[in-house]
Amino acid sequence: MQGGLKFFPDQASTMAGPVDAFFFYLVGVSVFFTVLIFTLVAVFAVKYRRRPGNEQGAHIEGSKLLEITWTVIPLGLVAIMFFWGAKLYYDQERAPANALDVLVTGKKWMWKFQHSNGRREINTLHIPARTPIKLTMGSEDVIHNVFVPAFRVKQDVVPGRLTTVWFEATKTGSFHLFCNQYCGKDHSRMVGKVIVMEPNEFQAWLAGDTGLPPVASGELLFNQLACNSCHMGEGMLRGPSLAGLHGSRVALLGGGSVIADDDYIRESIVNPAAKIVDGYQPIMPTFKGLVTEEQLMHLVAYVKSLEAPSGAKAGAAETTSGATLAVDAATTAGQ
Amino acid sequence: MTTDSAEPKYPEHTYLNDGYSLKSWLLTKDHKRIGILYLISITFFFALGGLFALLIRLELLTPQGDLMQSDTYNKMFTMHGIVMIFFFLVPSIPAVFGNFLVPIMIGARDLAFPRLNLASWYMYMAGAVFALYAIVSGGVDTGWTFYTPYSTAHADSHVISTAVGILIMGFSSIFTGLNFIVTIHRMRAPGMTWFRLPLFIWAHYATSLIMILGTPVLGITIALVGVERALGLGIFDPANGGDPLLFQHLFWFYSHPAVYIMILPAMGVISEVITCFARKVIFGYGFIATSSMLIAILGFFVWGHHMYVSSQSEYAGLIFSALSFLVAIPSAIKVFNWTATLYKGSITFEAPMLYVFGFIGVFTIGGLTGLFLAALGMDRHVHDTYFVVAHFHYIMVGGALMAYLAAMHFWWPKMTGKRYPEGLAMVGAIAVFVGFNMTFFPQFILGYLGMPRHYHEYVPEFQFLHIMSTAGASVLGVGYLIPGVCFLWSLIHGRNAGPNPWEAKGLEWTIPSPPPTHNFEEIPVVTEEPYQYTSEASSVRHS
Repeated sequence: MQGGLKFFPDQASTMAGPVDAFFFYLVGVSVFFTVLIFTLVAVFAVKYRRRPGNEQGAHIEGSKLLEITWTVIPLGLVAIMFFWGAKLYYDQERAPANALDVLVTGKKWMWKFQHSNGRREINTLHIPARTPIKLTMGSEDVIHNVFVPAFRVKQDVVPGRLTTVWFEATKTGSFHLFCNQYCGKDHSRMVGKVIVMEPNEFQAWLAGDTGLPPVASGELLFNQLACNSCHMGEGMLRGPSLAGLHGSRVALLGGGSVIADDDYIRESIVNPAAKIVDGYQPIMPTFKGLVTEEQLMHLVAYVKSLEAPSGAKAGAAETTSGATLAVDAATTAGQ
Repeated sequence: MTTDSAEPKYPEHTYLNDGYSLKSWLLTKDHKRIGILYLISITFFFALGGLFALLIRLELLTPQGDLMQSDTYNKMFTMHGIVMIFFFLVPSIPAVFGNFLVPIMIGARDLAFPRLNLASWYMYMAGAVFALYAIVSGGVDTGWTFYTPYSTAHADSHVISTAVGILIMGFSSIFTGLNFIVTIHRMRAPGMTWFRLPLFIWAHYATSLIMILGTPVLGITIALVGVERALGLGIFDPANGGDPLLFQHLFWFYSHPAVYIMILPAMGVISEVITCFARKVIFGYGFIATSSMLIAILGFFVWGHHMYVSSQSEYAGLIFSALSFLVAIPSAIKVFNWTATLYKGSITFEAPMLYVFGFIGVFTIGGLTGLFLAALGMDRHVHDTYFVVAHFHYIMVGGALMAYLAAMHFWWPKMTGKRYPEGLAMVGAIAVFVGFNMTFFPQFILGYLGMPRHYHEYVPEFQFLHIMSTAGASVLGVGYLIPGVCFLWSLIHGRNAGPNPWEAKGLEWTIPSPPPTHNFEEIPVVTEEPYQYTSEASSVRHS
């Protein structure tokens, strides 16, 4: 997969084929127009060069028909490009529901990965082949970017928010992972490898040397930080219950609503006042600085794991204050 | 034309011999002298930016970092970008040729605000002093894009002095744009109607609009970076409650249109030169003029295509993608019209025309590869790789710089009254074209392979293409020296040019070379459309 002279990247994910097919369409259109223009310029330059009998050009001011032609045809070709590109982008943005979660933290100048059973690695990411993988990514300092050329995927890792990217490897082997957003001194050393294994080998690998899984660390933190004192329990809580929150629509104080995705949950921990759940007071303190980016991901993973009380699940997903996080409470936290 | 037997007389009174003192230059209000001041200044910065490029290409010969440390390398590409963009390309054609030619081409004796014009050069120089201070005292390493929060909270280099330099330089752009717009509106000679304007003027009008609408946003953005860095206000840094994407939106709101600041004047040059050396009226005057305006307007609505993978909303991405494809169309229209202008021409191949051929070739490739980047699903793979580096060098170095060199050769006799050695200049044009493509074409392949930008070290499998690129750069470097030799030679040994060595149309060719201080003894009356190289009698009108 690496080394040697090459002029075309490995195709090692389900996205590589579709992206390359689109690439060849774009190359085809480009080559056609480049050859067309080069040929016309060359032919005209030779045929209409100045020589005895051709001292002056012909007076041709233009042609509406030609102008319309060379406006409409390119418009049609770029319209195809737009829709094709948009379709691919749509697929790239939506991870399959069954994707394996991996948490990624970028910091100057290294990558930290954590699998859902808790196993951690640095600068190397092991994944199973033929399995969709979803990276949930945060940065501890500046903007980084995860780029795996052989998979044709790339996504910025932005401090202050969580971003995601997904891929499904089709080939086993080792593939480059580059930081693709300039991040300072050792940017070009913020590189790693994605090692794609057969799923059974991956399971064996994964079983060795595990730590606490993110959900479990999240639960531990949740209790240590006393989040449970306001967001857990029976009856009217100081903070909205978090059961079944993830993926539901949350009504906000002052109107409006938001889908409770990873990034919303993260924001509600570090900046609780940003979006107050309708029916609650803005009394929750910020946990910014008290938890690392990685711990934030653990907390988010734990909140995601909280299911709505059985039977109420379908309803809860659409209720307002019943299925929400954020804001309020936890006044005891950290004190 | 190069073999005229009788050498024309050198005019007695010219803008060049109207005072030899330093003061007569530094306090001049003559748009032509200010153009020359700019020419000298930007040539210096081009050489400086080129030196950085040379060091970058040498470092990239090998996968390991061996020529310099990584933070030095980071400063090299940052300063290469800042110097080339803000201190060479943005001012290049407008500040040199726009200043020199806009008044003459419309039949005016100067720009509307000569003092403001001189002030613009001083603003440029003041900005340059700050930038040079930053470079000399250790450099800046943020990349020319100053992405936050790296630039505001992490970079340990001279960010603020560079930012102040760019902020001040921005005023020179605004002054120039304002001056051109007022001049083009108010100072056209009798009979110089809007649709008799040379396309060079239309291009500068469109450019000026971008300059005065876009540059203030750059100024505000860069000022906010300075404020956040100096005072720790949380504007862009999430650690202080800021939003790093806000910076990107603001930055690209200027910096994408800035690409059109660099390329629109270049397109204006092409229209002037290609008609002269094909001895033909331009094909589709109205379409070319309109497309300049469309590019200027649409160019303001496509900035988000720099942010497809930034975690910007995917719906925003869709709209920016659609608009980016739309802005490609007016550029395509121009290329088709220039090509059609050659049809049934009477074509000669002097250096300016060779640069025009080169421009059409590289601009076509540069423009088409832009489509890859406008396409959402494709950009995800090539974003911020060498594919992007190749693409924008095809537009800015291939496009803007080749047009700049076409302009240098075409109007040099007008500016100096001297001819340059044609044969050597033609060799230079060919060397630039060949060297350019050798340098940057391999970078498209590197980019698709996945070579990221801004890498001091890289994986060994990319080395072959980097060697190709560096080899090309050495040809390109020699190519750039040749015009320099030609022009210096011409100042000493050049034959007198006479008013119209190219037998070109346009008001600038009706006055002596070099022109007198006030350009026209009498304000001309314009009675015909531009580019009347052929008489109506021989007309073959289509449509």
